[in-house]
Amino acid sequence: MSVLLEATGISKRFGGVEALKEVSLTIEQGEIYGLIGPNGAGKTTFFNVLTGLSGADSGHFHFAGRPLDISAPHLVAAAGIARTFQNIRLFANMSALENVMVGRHLRTRAGVVGAVLRNAATRSEEAGIARRALELLHYVGISERGNDLARHLSYGDQRRLEIARALATEPKLLALDEPAAGMNATETGALRQLIEGLRGDGLTVLLIEHDVKLVMGLCDRVAVLDYGEKIIEDVPAKVRRDPKVIEAYLGGTVV
Amino acid sequence: MSVPKRNVRLGIALIAVVLSALPFAVGLGMGNAWVRVLDFALLYIMLALGLNIVVGFAGLLDLGYIAFYAIGAYLYALLASPHFGLHWPAWAVLPLGALVAGLFGILLGAPTLRLRGDYLAIVTLGFGEIIRIFLNNLNSPVNITNGPQGIARIDPIRVFGVPLSKPLEIFGVHLPGVYLYYYLFVLLALGIIFVTVRLEDSRIGRAWVAIREDEIAAKACGINTRNVKLLAFAMGASFGGVAGGLFAGFQEFVSPESFSLMESVMVLCMVVLGGMGHVPGVVLGGLLLAVLPEALRHGAGPVQQMLFGRVLLDPESLRILLFGLALILVMQYRPAGLWPSATRRREFSKPGP
Ligand SMILES: Nc1ncnc2c1ncn2[C@@H]1O[C@H](COP(=O)(O)OP(=O)(O)OP(=O)(O)O)[C@@H](O)[C@H]1O
Ligand SMILES: [Mg+2]
Repeated sequence: MSVLLEATGISKRFGGVEALKEVSLTIEQGEIYGLIGPNGAGKTTFFNVLTGLSGADSGHFHFAGRPLDISAPHLVAAAGIARTFQNIRLFANMSALENVMVGRHLRTRAGVVGAVLRNAATRSEEAGIARRALELLHYVGISERGNDLARHLSYGDQRRLEIARALATEPKLLALDEPAAGMNATETGALRQLIEGLRGDGLTVLLIEHDVKLVMGLCDRVAVLDYGEKIIEDVPAKVRRDPKVIEAYLGGTVV
Repeated sequence: MSVPKRNVRLGIALIAVVLSALPFAVGLGMGNAWVRVLDFALLYIMLALGLNIVVGFAGLLDLGYIAFYAIGAYLYALLASPHFGLHWPAWAVLPLGALVAGLFGILLGAPTLRLRGDYLAIVTLGFGEIIRIFLNNLNSPVNITNGPQGIARIDPIRVFGVPLSKPLEIFGVHLPGVYLYYYLFVLLALGIIFVTVRLEDSRIGRAWVAIREDEIAAKACGINTRNVKLLAFAMGASFGGVAGGLFAGFQEFVSPESFSLMESVMVLCMVVLGGMGHVPGVVLGGLLLAVLPEALRHGAGPVQQMLFGRVLLDPESLRILLFGLALILVMQYRPAGLWPSATRRREFSKPGP
């Protein structure tokens, strides 16, 4: 197996809070990698730093064989990292289909001139965008909601739509921030199938999740953050029995 | 919902007939002063469409938009008037005005990229005023803009050598200057509508709306928000630049007072009242807000005379008063604007299922 993402010594401080302390981790090509930890451990901060939304104080990333430029989010997306957000961020007043079409922005070209002339190249590109977006809606199982505004979708469907939009950017690594949050058991089960399907299609997944059953069942390897520090990185079976992890989760009843 | 091609053709033909006949109907029915009002309405429609790209599509509240109108107007004035003795043709100056205004759009947009909402509004307001103040004061030590006196005796717009300012006789039909300008402005307004509609339904248009909806998500989706925002500023400004050039050629006079903050506010009201982000709504907003105040200005005096035997409120203050009232009423009862897009109407209604 080859390494897809390597994070080295990532630190991030918010005033007095050390949200990330020298976090290093490696994610292998094709695996589902879990990132867990108590509330406020720094998981989302790690995503924000990785995706260029929030600058790191120190440390660097290596992605797909080259250094990753995290100075702007669109560069990270172009390099092949897509993400979803813990507190769902959709384009609320665009249709579900349009949301996914926006995800194709990066991989398409048409500019002002093309848009105004609507020449053959632009028309075929637009058709391709719409076709791919529809495929992705289908893939995540909400194709019948394509024309609905994103804000009118159910919570579970919004999470799926966010995944479809992220997939539209053609990522090598998909980073999901608590995708099962707020989902009922049925929805979570379907989500699990979806993520397994993604891995089956060759995608690498970085997963933040509080649903321990989901993480332990799904992930190939898991890292635990606690107060901004990585305390362990191992297969789920080892992680759940590790005393440091049990202590981090207050008495060990959770894991 | 697909409309048969035949009906589309019929619709286009109908619109063409109405637009061609309009100046005659208005001119013969109400006098040529009203055709002039119509000409100004068309300029305002172009401005509103330009501002709509920035405010309506990309969601960037710009209170200094009139600056681009000013830049287009002054560029025309400087390049086609006795002021510098230059007499460039309109077909060269108008596109140049679009280009220069577009560049200024980028220049003034760049420092505001990190700002949103109120902060953006205040900074753009400042920029708008700075441009106006420059125009007011660039008459010494070197006289560029002729200061508050403005620039007069600007060349009228010529099409194929024919000045639009002079009446024209075609096949026995008498066309006064205001009619000729009307036809030119209609054509250009239609062109701007066409460009806007095409842009709206494109990769670029979707990126603008995505930024309006959630800038962070747009970034994470791989949109280079800096470039896409600057593009919105540039496109919007270029429409303003064209309208400004037309204004200068039409009026044959420009001075800084035509480009006050109140004008920016007016254009913003056209966008918001009409229906932000919805092209037909914005056109309606531009038309209404350009025509209604004139109607009031002309109608308020005589109506009061008739009702009370004398003029109680001077028409100018009444105009502002009613304008404010209309604003409040629309915002209260139609917060998405008079003619919002279907999406936006839902946006302001109760959440759906
Ligand atoms: N923008 C910010 N400004 C200040 N402090 C922040 C900011 N973002 C995060 N923090 C702090 O950094 C720490 C890590 O937060 P983070 O959101 O990464 O935690 P998390 O592991 O995602 O938690 P949760 O499971 O609750 O989502 C917290 O103490 C948080 O309060
Ligand atoms: Mg979090």
